[in-house]
Amino acid sequence: MPLLEIKNLVKHFPVRGGLLNRVLKKVHAVNGVSFTIEKGEILGVVGESGCGKSTLGKLIIQLLDATAGEVTFKGRAITHLTASELLPFRRQMQMIFQDPHASLNPRMTVGSAVSEVLAFHKVVPRQELAAKVRELFSQVGVNLDSIDRYPHEFSGGQKQRVGIARALAVNPEFIIADEPVSALDVSIQAQVLNVLMDLKDEFDLTMLFISHDLKVVDHFCDRMLVMYLGFILEEVPCQDIHADALHPYTKALLGANPVSDPEKRHELTVLEGEVPSPFHPPQGCPFVTRCPLVTEQCHAEMPPLVERAVGHRVACWEV
Amino acid sequence: MPKSEALLTVKNLSVGFHTDKGDVTAIEGVSFEVRVGEILGIVGESGCGKSVTSRSIMRLLPKFNSFIDPQSEINFEGINIARADEKTMRSLRGDRIAMIFQEPMTALNPVFTIGWQLDEALKYHTSLDRRDRIERAVAMLKAVEIPNPRQRYYEYPHQLSGGMRQRVVIAMALCCDPELLIADEPTTALDVTIQAQILRLMDELRKKAETAVILITHDLGVIAQICDRVIVMYAGQIVETADVHSLFKNPQHPYTKALLESIPQTGREHHQTRLPTIEGIVPSLFELPEGCRFQDRCAYKTQECVDREPQLGEEINHRKVRCFFPLEGS
Repeated sequence: MPLLEIKNLVKHFPVRGGLLNRVLKKVHAVNGVSFTIEKGEILGVVGESGCGKSTLGKLIIQLLDATAGEVTFKGRAITHLTASELLPFRRQMQMIFQDPHASLNPRMTVGSAVSEVLAFHKVVPRQELAAKVRELFSQVGVNLDSIDRYPHEFSGGQKQRVGIARALAVNPEFIIADEPVSALDVSIQAQVLNVLMDLKDEFDLTMLFISHDLKVVDHFCDRMLVMYLGFILEEVPCQDIHADALHPYTKALLGANPVSDPEKRHELTVLEGEVPSPFHPPQGCPFVTRCPLVTEQCHAEMPPLVERAVGHRVACWEV
Repeated sequence: MPKSEALLTVKNLSVGFHTDKGDVTAIEGVSFEVRVGEILGIVGESGCGKSVTSRSIMRLLPKFNSFIDPQSEINFEGINIARADEKTMRSLRGDRIAMIFQEPMTALNPVFTIGWQLDEALKYHTSLDRRDRIERAVAMLKAVEIPNPRQRYYEYPHQLSGGMRQRVVIAMALCCDPELLIADEPTTALDVTIQAQILRLMDELRKKAETAVILITHDLGVIAQICDRVIVMYAGQIVETADVHSLFKNPQHPYTKALLESIPQTGREHHQTRLPTIEGIVPSLFELPEGCRFQDRCAYKTQECVDREPQLGEEINHRKVRCFFPLEGS
C-alpha cells in the first residue's frame, strides 16, 4: 500500500466581486491530479510559477480544502476530517516552507519555536523539552549556543535548519518541502540539501519536494511530477532525466536551463507563445499555446496520463 | 566579439556605509575594466558586494548613509563617475549607462502606461519630437519581441506578464542606445523558460549594438551561458577574475572551486550523491578576520593566511587571483 494516494484532486479558487459579491470566475489551480507516494520515496514536483505546485502541497497537508478529489494517507481518507480528527495526522505530516524568515515568529527564540511544537503535540514530557530541542538542533546542524537567540540573528541557511528542526520535532513520517532551498545561496543550498538527505535516512522520511529548479529536483528526488497549469503532464523517474523525458514541455524546461559549463553552451530552448489564463484553461491540452508538436487533437481533447514504463507516465498525444 | 578597448575602468573602488553599529566597508579595493561589446559577469553570494559595486557605477547608493572612498576612480569615457556631480550623472544615466533590476514590477511605475515610461527617457535625452519618440519606443518594444507593440504602448504594467515586464524594462534601458548596460540579477525572479528568452535577447543585443554588459548574478549557470569574462566576489573583495572558459575549467581560488562544486550535477553517476559544500558562513563585515577573508571556510588554510591578507595578484594569462596558494589545474 502506498503511504499516500492522491485521487483526482481539484482546487478552484473563486474570485468574487460586483454588487452582490457573486463568484465572477474561478482560478483553476489544480485540475484533477492523481498519483501515489511510496514509503521512503522522495517525489519532486516541478513547474513554473502559477502551475499549482504549492497549492498541491497545501491540499495534501490539509492547509487548503480541496474542491473535489481525495487524499488517502496510510489507507485513511483525510480530505473531509474535522480539525480534531486531523490532529493525529498533523503529527505525521509536516511542512517546510520556502522563506524561513517569514515562517518563524520574530518575537520567539528559535529554541522556543521548536519546543512549542514539542509541548503542543506532547512529544516528550515537559522536563525533557530542553534536552529534546538540543538533540534536534544538533541533528540539523544548528549551533547549540544559539538556542536562545532570535530569528533575525541567524543567516538564511541557519534559519532554514531551524525550520527543518521544527518540522522534525514531532517525528513525522511524511514531509512536504515547499521550495526549501530556493531562497538560499548555492553554497548554503548544498549544505541544506545534504542535511535533508541525511535526515531522510535517519528519520525514515517520505518527502514531497516542491521546487521550480529542475536541476535540484533531478539531483535530489527519486521521481518527479512535471506540472503545468494545474495538470500533471509527465511523471518521470529522476537519475537520467535528459534521456528519459518524453513530454515536449519537460524537454523545453530541460533545454531552457543553462548548463554550468561554458564548454557545453547550447542554444537555450525558447518557447514561443503565452501561458493560457488560469481562469479559462484551454479545452484540450493546457500546453497547446506553446507546444512545438501541436495538432488538431491537442486542441480538442486533454491527453490522458498514460504509463510508458515503471514510474513513467506521460500526457501527450504526440510522443 | 569583445574588443580590447576599455569602456569603463574601475580603480580601487571602496564604498562604506554609516550604520547604527558604526561605519562599515561594504566593498574594498575593487578594480576592473569593462571592454566594448563584452559581457562581464560578477558572481558571488548575498552580501558579497556585487550590487553595491553596480550601484556605485550608477551612483544610486543613498547619499545620507553611504560614502565612496576619495581614492576611488570610476572612469567612463573621460568622466570620473566617483566624483561626478548630480547633473553629469543625470546626463549619463539612462542615456549612456543604463541599468535593469531584479524585480521588473518595482522598476515600473504602476500608474503610468508602458509608453509614458519609455517616453520619459527619450524626452529627457533626445531631441526627437513626440511622433518620432512614439515610433522609437514602439520599435524598441518590437526589438525585445513584445507582441502587438503598438497596443502594448498604451497598456499598464499590470496588464503584462512577468517576462514581458522584464522585456519592457530592457526596452526602457536600451531606448537611448547605451554604451554600457548594467543588469543586476535580471532573471532571478523569472521562470527558466522566461530566463531563456531574456538571456537570448541580451546576447543578441550585445552582438547587434555592441553594448557592453555587466551582468550581476548568483547563478553560475547564467554566467556559463553568456558571459565572456567573470569576476568572483567574496565578502566585499574581488577574489578572482578570469575569462569564463578558464574559470570553469581551472578555478584558482579555493572559493571559486568550492562554489562550482556545490552546483547539483545532472546524470546517473551524480544522482542523490552528497554535494560538496563550503562549511560555515560568510563572515560579517563588522567582524572580518585578520588575514584572508575566506580562511574560516577554506580547505587549504595555512598560518600565512591567518597572519597576512592576500592581495589580488598580478595579471597572469589575463587572470588575477587573491590567494597565497592559487590552485593548479587538474
